[in-house]
Amino acid sequence: MQTNPITVAVLALGGQGGGTLADWLLEVAEYCGYLAQGTSVAGVAQRTGATIYYIEMFPEAAARAAGKQPVLALMPVPGNVDVVVAAELMEAGRAMMRGLVTPDRTALVASTHRIYAIGEKTAMGDGRARSADVLEAAGVRARTTVMFDMDALAQKTGSIISAVMLGAVAGSGLLPFPRDAYEAVLAADARARDSNLAAFAAGYDGAARETPAVAPVVAPAAQTAQAASPAGQALLDRARAFCPPELMAIVTPGLRKVVDYQDIAYGALYLDRLEPVVAFDRQLGGARLGWELARETARYLALWMTFEDVFRVADLKTRGARIARVREEVRAAPGQIVAVSEFMHPRVEEICDALPVSLGAYILRSPRLRGLLGRFFHHGRRVSTTSLSGFVMLYMLARLGRFRRRSLRFKTETARIEAWLAGVREAAGYSYELGVEVACCQRLVKGYGDTHARGLRNFDAVMGVYRHVKGRTDAPTVIRALRAAALGDEEGRALAAAISGLGLAP
Amino acid sequence: MAERSFAKEVQQLRVGAGADFRGEGILAVTKALLQSGVSYVGGYQGSPISHLMDVLGDAREIMAELGIHFESSASEAAAGAMLAASVNYPLRGAVTWKSTVGTNVASDALANVASGGVTGGALVIVGEDYGEGSSIMQERTHAFAMKSQMWLLDPRPNLTSIVNMVEKGFELSEASNTPVMLELRVRACHVYGRFTAKDNVRPAFQLKDAMDNPVRDVNRIVLPPANFLHEHEKISKRWPAAVDFIRKHRLNEFLGGAKGDAGIVVQGGLYNTLIRALQMRGLADSFGETDIPIYVLNVTYPLIDSELRGFCADKRAVLLIEEGQPEYIEHEVNTILRRVDLQTRVVGKEVLPRAGEYTGQALLAGFDAFAAKYAPQLAKGAAAPAAPSPNAPDLSKVVPARPAGLCTGCPERPVFTAIKLVEKEIGSHHMSCDIGCHLFSILPPFNLGNTTMGYGLGWAGASAFNAPDAKKRTISMMGDGGFWHNGLTSGVGNAVFNKTDNLLVVVDNNYSAATGGQDILSSRAVNKSRSTNHPIARAIGGLGINWLKVVRTYDLAAMRDAIKAALTTKEKGPKVVIAESECMLNKQRRVKPLTATRIKAGERVVRERFGVDADTCTGDHSCIRLSGCPSLTITDNPDPLRTDPVASVNNDCVGCGHCGETAHAAVLCPSFYRADLVYNPTAGERLMARLRAGVIGWLQRRADAARARYAV
Repeated sequence: MQTNPITVAVLALGGQGGGTLADWLLEVAEYCGYLAQGTSVAGVAQRTGATIYYIEMFPEAAARAAGKQPVLALMPVPGNVDVVVAAELMEAGRAMMRGLVTPDRTALVASTHRIYAIGEKTAMGDGRARSADVLEAAGVRARTTVMFDMDALAQKTGSIISAVMLGAVAGSGLLPFPRDAYEAVLAADARARDSNLAAFAAGYDGAARETPAVAPVVAPAAQTAQAASPAGQALLDRARAFCPPELMAIVTPGLRKVVDYQDIAYGALYLDRLEPVVAFDRQLGGARLGWELARETARYLALWMTFEDVFRVADLKTRGARIARVREEVRAAPGQIVAVSEFMHPRVEEICDALPVSLGAYILRSPRLRGLLGRFFHHGRRVSTTSLSGFVMLYMLARLGRFRRRSLRFKTETARIEAWLAGVREAAGYSYELGVEVACCQRLVKGYGDTHARGLRNFDAVMGVYRHVKGRTDAPTVIRALRAAALGDEEGRALAAAISGLGLAP
Repeated sequence: MAERSFAKEVQQLRVGAGADFRGEGILAVTKALLQSGVSYVGGYQGSPISHLMDVLGDAREIMAELGIHFESSASEAAAGAMLAASVNYPLRGAVTWKSTVGTNVASDALANVASGGVTGGALVIVGEDYGEGSSIMQERTHAFAMKSQMWLLDPRPNLTSIVNMVEKGFELSEASNTPVMLELRVRACHVYGRFTAKDNVRPAFQLKDAMDNPVRDVNRIVLPPANFLHEHEKISKRWPAAVDFIRKHRLNEFLGGAKGDAGIVVQGGLYNTLIRALQMRGLADSFGETDIPIYVLNVTYPLIDSELRGFCADKRAVLLIEEGQPEYIEHEVNTILRRVDLQTRVVGKEVLPRAGEYTGQALLAGFDAFAAKYAPQLAKGAAAPAAPSPNAPDLSKVVPARPAGLCTGCPERPVFTAIKLVEKEIGSHHMSCDIGCHLFSILPPFNLGNTTMGYGLGWAGASAFNAPDAKKRTISMMGDGGFWHNGLTSGVGNAVFNKTDNLLVVVDNNYSAATGGQDILSSRAVNKSRSTNHPIARAIGGLGINWLKVVRTYDLAAMRDAIKAALTTKEKGPKVVIAESECMLNKQRRVKPLTATRIKAGERVVRERFGVDADTCTGDHSCIRLSGCPSLTITDNPDPLRTDPVASVNNDCVGCGHCGETAHAAVLCPSFYRADLVYNPTAGERLMARLRAGVIGWLQRRADAARARYAV
């Protein structure tokens, strides 16, 4: 009877501990009387790149019986791999892409958490890869899968993901080694014995349990949500009176955000602006078309009306819930002293924006005053929100937000919002789809300072094109493509190219 | 101190005859050197042989006991020249480096030592950085062996064979008065396995014996007329002596069956991959037993005519498995056979890829093609692996690329953020890169850099750009590793002498970081066995650079201003910015355990880390495009109205502060915060914190109550 080596490939990110897992597996195999060989191609990939470790194991008894040494391979061959262990979801995808996972033979043990690649992170919008595709492929391409969030268990047990993965491999029973062999190897390393063993146990149980790879999506109960105050409830009731129930999933958080931003009257203004859009949508057959026009307008109207000015930032930075969240994020122990400082860099423009209309505009027009004020706001500031002076300054600034309606910025944004709403209405008159596209263009306007200026520039450019193409049947497609191009690069090259491609000056 | 410590593993180097030795290929090579009675060892670190240098460094004590001198050479050229010790004296010596890059650097010295020949065994251990995981141009060391006539060993990739070839390599070198190269592929360097050890050997003839009793032989010096003599000696004496030794000691192996009209000739290093391919076709068992005759070339240069002719004589065709190109062995085998009119068909690149690594798949496909055409009796056509279901998503469009990048908190990151910011102001500049972690600037998110010409050659790579009418200057990069390797002369000296007007940025992070954090001349650490703490600024000053700025890298505004000043100043002449800050990977290794101990001991410790306010982040990711820190990532937007993910700092953050500095310098957004976590605070501090929290909490509750009155 021919004995074949057991083959295991470990895929991880540089610095993630794939080598540690590989070393443990080698030790477990040797502990259990196997000849074990492992290798890797570390190199530059050790610095955050994708790394692969490869292990072969062969029973020493079989070698002794034959009086010969087995010849073990140094790299995995598609169709010849028994177990693939992936320390991250996309690395599991990479293993499948490389052909290392075959349905006749390979068991896939993978953590379902994501560590985003640089390309996913730098996208100006949402550049994240589709996890569902990898999960689907795993179901088809692997002989069997053991997949759950091993990173979460590592965090929970205060250990490293390698220990959880080792537990998952052990718990899956894919290798002919008993649990105590794994534990003996882990226990031999005194440095982090307890946390490693706890993480191992968590991984072991995780593999034994039937775990759904994806958490079921819980639908928000927006339709039945109650407001936290009678005044808020009145607004909510008014919204429910003119909005179809399926719209409330957006209108409720929209209204909540707008009221939280300013006051009840501002919430009423939100509904005043939204109501005709909903009515127009109904007229256009929104019930049949899924209310997309009203939904996207409700979403982006709320975002636009809650534009980020200094009052807003000061308000958000000084809330009680916020410091609690920071403590949780940085994992402060209960009662531990945490000093928080904010990196703020308001420019002259933002300061003038916050001033009363005439004063702000006057300073911005006067190069001398602007320069003088500019000197004070040339450098970024660190404001400590846990010190009394820093906190009180921002707190007072936040309270001044009640006078926001008199600010220069408020006037500017109100004009922009009204123009945009008029544009949405006009576009929807050409076609429903075009109306939706124009509504969605608000997505381009976000951020602060230069980022906000760039977004606004792109928005204006796309709306400029809209005015040229609005009568064309392909107008929705054009606008959608331009929006994607605007999110293509920071310098606006893709957008300029797309606009010149239309035969229009960018 | 290197990134990885082998202090524990090197204890195995003491084990004696008959003991089981377990470890990485590189560790086994070290043991083999000790078993061979080596007198001196040198080399330059670089993947895949960095660990060999680290092991040797950690084994200093053991080597001292055996009277061995180990040197961390300044460059591969310095290491190659070290072999000169074996020219006149019966001293065994070994040097090691990453190839082919290191061999390029060393080739002047190697050609000289190969010309004069050696008395003591001289071994060059090269880590062949070819194929998956490689970071360099794809070339073969084989060419260097041929051009200087050094013998090239390519052992089967198991520890027993590798160790044996190290020992035999020294003997071969002495028998043929020729330096010998031992080639180890990336995976063989890192392979974990075992072998049966022998006793270490203390060399009978020691370095001091040579120094105290110098010997001179003018015929061993590369100068006329001896240089002409050497060439003839190589052909008439050294080559035949090598062939005799290789045959007599059966360095090449005849494995597999003895009969059949088709056989396989394979480079030793590829033997295991070949056997796995044959196993998958049902033609070999787990022990490599097969009926197909296999001739294993553990020595790939020179080839042994008689062995090859004997192997091929009764065969219609042989499959020649030779990785890389040009296919020197295939050319030579054809010549050897045809010279005696043997018509055996040599099938190599005809069925195997002309370029690229010979993976299991490549050998399977090549073998199948060979069998189908030349050996139908072997063409079993075993079932191909099941094709993935057609309904499965095409993952090649899903799985994102993962280019290597700078580590969390890397001090080099601010340098490139600064260059990006300068470019936003005054436009793009030609950028000449060097070798080191800083070369990751060419990858996302920075996308900076035009060329890289080799280690320490960053500034030399921009030397042509010395045009008086140009409106922009060029930027060159160099790491401290490259600076000491040769950049001081080829870069700085060259720029001064030729009166360049351009900018050099030297990244001084205290280590040769990319190769694993080895110490260099300018390292700040106190190293008992090396002389460190020689500032780069002093060396540069000594060469006559007048425009020099030393900037702490994390001070982004200062870094931006220094680079901008260098690119815009009216002052003519070479300009250097030294960007200083300790490599974060090594710093964390050093500091983390210390901090944990201090916290445990009740000392007051403040740990900084950064975060992003999801409330104020709008999901534009400008910060990530300017930083690329692995701990600066993205997460679901908590705002149900927004779809774009927000930035977020994960728990790997080491608190370097760069993201906050970037937000300031680039005027991004107010979302970044720094949290100072205080461990073991003083009593006064605790009291003040309670007071502050009391007042702040009261104000917050007031605001919360006001909001609650109208909340939706």
